[in-house]
Amino acid sequence: MGFALTKAPSGVCRVSVEGQLIVGNRQELKTVIQDAVDKGDRKFLIDFSQTGYIDSSGLGALVSLSKKVRERGGELRLAGLNEDLRSLFELTKLDTLFAIADTPEQALAGF
Amino acid sequence: MPDSDSLPATLRLCVRRTPLRGPEGSRVEVSLRVPSDVACVEEVVDLVVRHCCRGEWTAARRFRFNLRVAVAEALANAIVAGNGEDCSKSVLVHAELLQDQIRVSVTDEGPGFDFTSLREMTEPPDLEDSNGRGLFLIRHLVDDVYFNSQGNSICMTLRRH
Repeated sequence: MGFALTKAPSGVCRVSVEGQLIVGNRQELKTVIQDAVDKGDRKFLIDFSQTGYIDSSGLGALVSLSKKVRERGGELRLAGLNEDLRSLFELTKLDTLFAIADTPEQALAGF
Repeated sequence: MPDSDSLPATLRLCVRRTPLRGPEGSRVEVSLRVPSDVACVEEVVDLVVRHCCRGEWTAARRFRFNLRVAVAEALANAIVAGNGEDCSKSVLVHAELLQDQIRVSVTDEGPGFDFTSLREMTEPPDLEDSNGRGLFLIRHLVDDVYFNSQGNSICMTLRRH
């Protein structure tokens, strides 16, 4: 399982998390986004529509990526979280740190 | 022949089912010896869920989600913080399906840690830290959690609700 990044004509880079985002693969996601940031991309949407579960390492990776993207003047948005996944963000109050949309389409609107 | 001590550890699984009297099915015990490799976490979580989630009450989506995240957290802590990802060390996972609960213990070979020093990390500036949410999540996702006195073994219980 990898993290494929697709870039829309609008310039938004979309990454879908298929399966889990956990300690064993979070570095792959960080590398994919970091490489895109280094190439000049600034708008990122992480799509969790196909995600099973996330652990604290995965949450930590998102926090660190969001910070890096913001430092370069960009934004990282999240979308497609089901009720279970959303509960993790609410428990940790990370829902206050990220722009979270119900669907990828809603996240892309006005990005 | 290479010395067997120098070979990377492999994942070992043992499952024991004991029939119970009455309609409650069987008691299931799952024992796993897990190499100190974070690449094993997903497979171990799947094995625990596959063997222990039997019966209607374990089928609830949120129950399985909480079990998966809690086991993944405890195992990652044991592999990374406990064993320092030292491939000569293993983590023992023992999971039991009882009549009204699932109990999972995860034990590493590390010196243990101070489990009383738990930060909430839900307020700035901690909110922007990328580490330190593992135990916090476990405590909120399971019904009971306790450690042995050394701090290298965690036992988590998820009950039927």
